This record gives sequence, C-alpha cells and structure tokens, in this order.
Amino acid sequence: MARVLIYYAHPGHKHSHVNRVMARAAREVEGITFIDLYEEYPRFGIDCDREQQRLRDHDVIVFQFPMFWYSTPSLIKEWEDIVLEHGFAYGAGGDKLDGKRMLLAITAAGSADAYTVDGYQHFPIRTFLTPLEQTARLCNMIFAPPYVLYGSLRAPDEGVVEPHVDGYVRLIEAIRDDRYDYETAGADGTVSFDALPIRGGN
Amino acid sequence: MTDILLLAFLFLVAGVIAVPIASRLGLGSVLGYLLAGIALSPILTQLEVDVVAIQHFAEFGVVMMLFLVGLELEPKLLWEMRARLLGLGGLQVTVTMALIMAVAMLFGQPWSYALAIGMIFALSSTAIVLQTLTEKGLMKSDGGRASFQVLLFEDIAVIPMLAFLPLLAVPELADIAQYFNSVDPSSEAAGGDDGGMSLVEGLPGWQRAIVTVGAIAFVVVVGSVLTRPLFRFIAIARLRELFVAVALLGVVGIALLMMLVGLSPALGTFLAGVVLANSEYRHELESNVDPFKGLLLGLFFITVGAAINFNLLFNNLGQIVGLTLGMMAIKAGVVYVLSLIFSIRGADRWLFTLGLAQAGEFGFVLLSFTVANGVLPEPLADRLLLVVALSMLLTPALFIVFDKLVAPRFATAQTRDADEIDEKGSVIIAGHGRFGGVVNRILSSAGFKTVVLDYQSEQLERLRAFGIKVFFGDATRPDMLHAAGIDEASMLVITIDDKDQATELVHYVHSNHPHVYIVVRAIDRHHVYDLWAAGARDIIRENFDSSVRAGRSALEALGMHPFDAELQTRAFVAHDQKQMRDMADVYDPDIPAHENEEYVQRTKAFIDSYADVMRGNSQAFGARIDRAWSPPTLADVVAEEKEDAECRQEDAAAADRSATGFDESPETA
Repeated sequence: MARVLIYYAHPGHKHSHVNRVMARAAREVEGITFIDLYEEYPRFGIDCDREQQRLRDHDVIVFQFPMFWYSTPSLIKEWEDIVLEHGFAYGAGGDKLDGKRMLLAITAAGSADAYTVDGYQHFPIRTFLTPLEQTARLCNMIFAPPYVLYGSLRAPDEGVVEPHVDGYVRLIEAIRDDRYDYETAGADGTVSFDALPIRGGN
Repeated sequence: MTDILLLAFLFLVAGVIAVPIASRLGLGSVLGYLLAGIALSPILTQLEVDVVAIQHFAEFGVVMMLFLVGLELEPKLLWEMRARLLGLGGLQVTVTMALIMAVAMLFGQPWSYALAIGMIFALSSTAIVLQTLTEKGLMKSDGGRASFQVLLFEDIAVIPMLAFLPLLAVPELADIAQYFNSVDPSSEAAGGDDGGMSLVEGLPGWQRAIVTVGAIAFVVVVGSVLTRPLFRFIAIARLRELFVAVALLGVVGIALLMMLVGLSPALGTFLAGVVLANSEYRHELESNVDPFKGLLLGLFFITVGAAINFNLLFNNLGQIVGLTLGMMAIKAGVVYVLSLIFSIRGADRWLFTLGLAQAGEFGFVLLSFTVANGVLPEPLADRLLLVVALSMLLTPALFIVFDKLVAPRFATAQTRDADEIDEKGSVIIAGHGRFGGVVNRILSSAGFKTVVLDYQSEQLERLRAFGIKVFFGDATRPDMLHAAGIDEASMLVITIDDKDQATELVHYVHSNHPHVYIVVRAIDRHHVYDLWAAGARDIIRENFDSSVRAGRSALEALGMHPFDAELQTRAFVAHDQKQMRDMADVYDPDIPAHENEEYVQRTKAFIDSYADVMRGNSQAFGARIDRAWSPPTLADVVAEEKEDAECRQEDAAAADRSATGFDESPETA
C-alpha cells in the first residue's frame, strides 16, 4: 500500500467542467489524503510545518490542477516556495523527500496537436512541465509521466469528462494498491485514460 | 488690584510685542524679553515698581525649569553623568572663582571682596542657557549636555556659598546690613536659608545633616510612591485644572521644603523631576508646568532688562563694559580649557565656551545677600549688578555668533549625528484601548519606538504592570502632544473614542505638523467623511474589517468554497471603499446627510447597484469575481484553432512554393 497525497488547486473552481468533477471523485477514494489547497489556504497563508508533515506522511504526491499560462495556478507556486525548504527538501540534510514520487494530473485547453512543434503552443507539454520535473529531481523524488487531458474545454461536448474522471480514480487506486507502472507512457511522455499502465488488468 | 492688573498688562504687552520680533530676526526669545524689559524700565521707574522684588518672584521659573529638565532625565542617565557633573562643574566653579578673585585683588580689592566677587561671577545663568539650548534643540548635543552638567553643579554650589558668605562680613558694613535687614524683607527672602522660617536654624551640624538628608529622601519617596495614588484620586474628578493644580502644588511644595531645610529649591525640584522621569504621568506634568515656567522665565528676563540702571551704566560706561568683557573672557577661557581636558570637540566646544561665559541670576541673589550681610559695600555691589546684567544681555549675542559663524563651519562634521535624530522619529499612539493596544503591540514588536497616551488611569496601571510604557494624558491637547514629542514624531495613530475629538485632533495635527503621518480610527461612515475633510487620508473603520470577516465566515459556513468566499468579500470591500470615496466628495459635515440632495441620490444609486449584484446581472462588483480565472468559451477555442489551422495551411503552401524554388530570392540563387 502506497500512501497517496493529492493536492488539488483551482482558483476558478466554480467555472471548472473537468477538475471539479475529478476532485469530487478523488475525495471519495478510500485510504488516500485529498487536500483542496485553495480551500485550505484561501488567503495564501501556507502552514509550512503542517505541509512538511504531510509530505513526510506520504509516499506519492499528486498535484491536480489546470494549466494556467504554461504553469501551475499561483497557489501551488506559493506552496513550493514555502514548503520545499533548504534542509528539508533539498541541500544539506534535505533528504525528507528522498525516493517519494511526484505525479501531475493536469488539464490543458489546447488539443494534443497544439502541443507539438507545429502546433500553436509550439512545444510538447512535457517541455512546459520541466520546472516541476526538475523540482522533483532536485528533491530526489521520482517524477512520473503526467496524467493529462487535452482539449479540456471540448471535453463535455465530446463526452470524455466521465472516462477521464473514471480513469483518474482507477489511477489513484492502482497507485494506492501498488499496481501502477510508473515507467510506461505514451509517445508524448504522458498517460491518458484510454491507456493507463495498470498491472493486473483494469 | 488695578496695580497688579496694570503691571501684568505692561509685562504681557512688552513680551507679546518684543518676543515675536526678536524670534523673527533670529535673536531668540531671551533677547526679546531682555529688550522688552529695557524698553519697559522708564515706565516702571515712573510707577515706582520694585523690579527686584518681582525678579525674585520670577526666579521661581528657574525652579520649574529644573523640574522639567529633571523629568527628561532618567535616574540612570543622571548616574552615568556623575563623573562629568562633579569634574566639569567642580573645576569650572573653583577655577573661575580663583581666577576672578586673583584679578580682583590685582585691581586692589581686599581679599574678602575679591572672594565674594569670584563666587558671584563664577555662577552662570541657568535660565538663559537652558532656555536658549532648548529653543535651539541643542540640549541633547554634547555641548548642551556639558553646559547642563556645569549649570546643575552651580545650582548645588550656591548652597555652600550662601552658608560661607556671611563669614566674610566686614565689621564697618555690618551696621548698614542691620539697617537693610529691617527695611527690605525681600532681600532676606532671596537669601533662602536666612529667611523667617527655617527647620534647621539653631540645630547642631549633625542634626542639620539628618534633616537635610531626610528631606531629600522624603522628596524621592513621595515622588515615586505617592504620585500614582494622588493622580488616580484626582482623575476621578476629570477636571483639567486639577491636574495643573497638582503639578504646581508638587513643584511649590518641594521648593518650600527645600528652602526650609536650607537646600536649593531648584535642586529639590530637579531631583523630584528625575524621580518622576519614569512615571506614566511624566508628559502630563510636563505639559502642565511648562506654560508657567515659560511665563515666569519671560518675566524674569524682562526684570533683568528693566533692572539695568542706565544712569550708572552711562556714567561709568568704560569701566563697566571693560569689567563685563574681562569677566566673560575669563569665564570663556576657563570653560574652553575644560573642554580640552574633557575632550568636548568641534562645534560643541564652542557652544559650551560661548554659552557659559555670562554671570547669572544666582549672581543677583548672592549680591543682595552680600549687601545684606555686610560683605560688600553697596556702590560696588550696584556696579557688579550691572556687570552681571550686561553679561546676560550679551549672551544671546554670543549664541548668534555661534549660530552664524561657528555652527556652519562644523556643519559637515556633524552629519554623523543624524542617527540620533532618526531615533527620535517615533510613533505617538493616542488612546490605548483594545484598538490602540493592538496597534502598539504590532509596532513595538517590530521594534518601533512608541509613545502611548491614554486618559484612563486604571487602565494605565494595569498596562504598566505588564511592562507596557503608557503615559497619562489627553492627546487632544496641543501642549500634551508637544510634551509627547510631536515635533520629532514621524507618525500619530489616533484611536480615541470620542468622534469629534478625534476629528479635531486630525485637523490640528494636519495643519500644524504636516510632517506627521496620521493613521486614524473612524467610528462610523460619517466619521470617515469628517476625518477625510479634516485632512486624514489613512482612515481605518473600527468595525469594518471584523464585520467583513464575519460575513466571510458566514459564507463559508453556508457551504461556499472558502476561496470563493474570500473573493466575494474582497470584491465587496473594494466596491464599498470606492463608494465611500465617491460619497466623501459630496458629503458636507454642515448639512445632515438626509438633507444633502446629492448624497441621498448617490446612496440610492448605490443601493440599486447592490440589488443588481444580488440578482446577478451587475457589472459592478460581481463582474470582478466572475472574470477571474474564467476560461475562454468553446467558441473562442474553436475560432482560435481555425485560425491556427489556416496559418498552418498557408505555411504549408509557402513551404511548397519554396520547395519548387518559386520563392527563392536572387541573392541566395
């Protein structure tokens, strides 16, 4: 059993079509910890000690958020700035996150095509996520291929909200039950609901 | 009765006219008073006024001044300066005395006369020097401190001098002295310990010592133990004049006690001041005694000017001016050498030297005392009196020399002192209730120096018990603000309960001390407008923040996401503040709000816009929340992707063209 901690961050929670549903479903999963960061810190007063204790108490840290301007919502950045202290997460004595895993569950408005060299976003999505990937590496964490939903604004019309949310729950449960294969990913370095690398059948 | 009023009128008129003119010309108030006295002297002679008697009365101003000086000086500081006080002061008095005595003997005076003259001239003028130093803000400079230490020692030295002088009595002058004693009681009163009443007369030396020490101990104990209950007792009456009365009672009582045991009243009140320097009533006492001190000192300076006997002066002009200049040169020389020994440097050395070069009011006291005791013949005493007065008259001129010639030369060297001034820039907090208390705790914990004023004595004592420094006093009084240091403060935080008083205070400080930043608590909406009109720009509504928080808390409890509740209340606050600013422009404190046509109109418009918000069709403040973090619509995305696809087709076409070589430019070909 892996101890899973999900950090969810969405400042426009009530405008959300996908993340809100994902969050509602993830909250119901047994045996994991789910934190809505904007609910817990609406005025950005992050409690460093409490957050570090949470990190100590878990093995897999999931960040669930919509991509905003090729990055995280601002509260996650604030969380990183406050919580990932020198001597805790990195640097001398900063070994508290050694060997833990980081997994991102993100939604992007652009289509999969847009996130190519020829697309209007020009870069693959993994390029935009390199700051987080390197953050994980610096903290001696293992960065897993992100669970991505492209074209999130079309998702309700195309009927993919439900399979994506369902895939999210299965993914969390597989991680919890040590049935998840962190090594496998699609061509663009991400995983999606239709090709989840779960061992022992879906 | 008419006589008293007439005299008071004359003195007041002279002062009111002369002092502002002198100040405007940069001569300082002391010279203004002295000149007023000179101008007044023919009229006073005409009216046969006993100027000297008034002068003795006015000398009480010096006593009050030392009380105020003591209030500024904590016991710790006094103890720290003990070496200088004794060394600097002791050497100045003894060396000056010896030199002047020697010179007088060279001029052929008998040794007893010479010694008496030495004592008379050795004492400088506490009144002129301290008044001028305070006025110029030089009390805290090294030169100012050294001057104060010498003057304080002189005030103490006058006691043994008064005891010693009668021993110098010359037999043939004794008869005249006898005569004086019977007709001129004022000269006796001036003598201090040979007055009608004395607790120590006829006691043997050791008993005298016990009584003296007992009296000082009494002052210290009463000052530190009884002040608090006494002020608490009179605070019940809540009458301003009672505080003034108590302050005066204290000063007069101590002066009286000191005179009864044969000590200097100035020294006694100074000690009392030092004892009270740590008390929460310090600023209150200061502001109550200060006007009396100012008036009495002014009166004293006027009488010095008025007492100059111009007939005698002009008949012996060369002699008296020569004596004056010679005496001042000796005094300045001694002080200059002392400043070398005690390493007082730069502009401070000159301030010290030029400032203490005169003889002073104790010279007057000793002169009348010597005549009364038959130590000096009267004609000689009259001339010496002129010398003393003339030297006092010249002192403001020396300060002008210092200002215009000396200080500018050292101006660059003194920039190092800037730190000290920064330190003074403190925050005054008016009112230490629940509101002001929090402000004080925040500022103090951040390391800022605060001066807290409050008018409730029970509250004060509770706070004192917890080590919070709070002073008793009504911050709405300009003199109180002055005592608390408004001239040097950088900020005033007003948290007093009374709406109108707070507004008045804002108005006063905004117009009289524009350098002071004002943070003020408003009780309600209309108070905000009043404060705005009075000049305040940093206005904090008393209950606004807490009610907003209560609203937010309620929204959360009703199931709203905490971040949405935060956004909702933030938008509400922004909207409300904007509306406040709009309304402040049309609010008129002289018209009741409901009769102010434009105010009513705008209020209605605001309420309507509010209703729109509730119905969700507003552009006012709901829009602000809805805009944030809202994604583009699907239509936007489709349009964007279409545009993108077209671009890509064009790019592809261009690539095709370049592949066929159609678009190749001649240069690359």
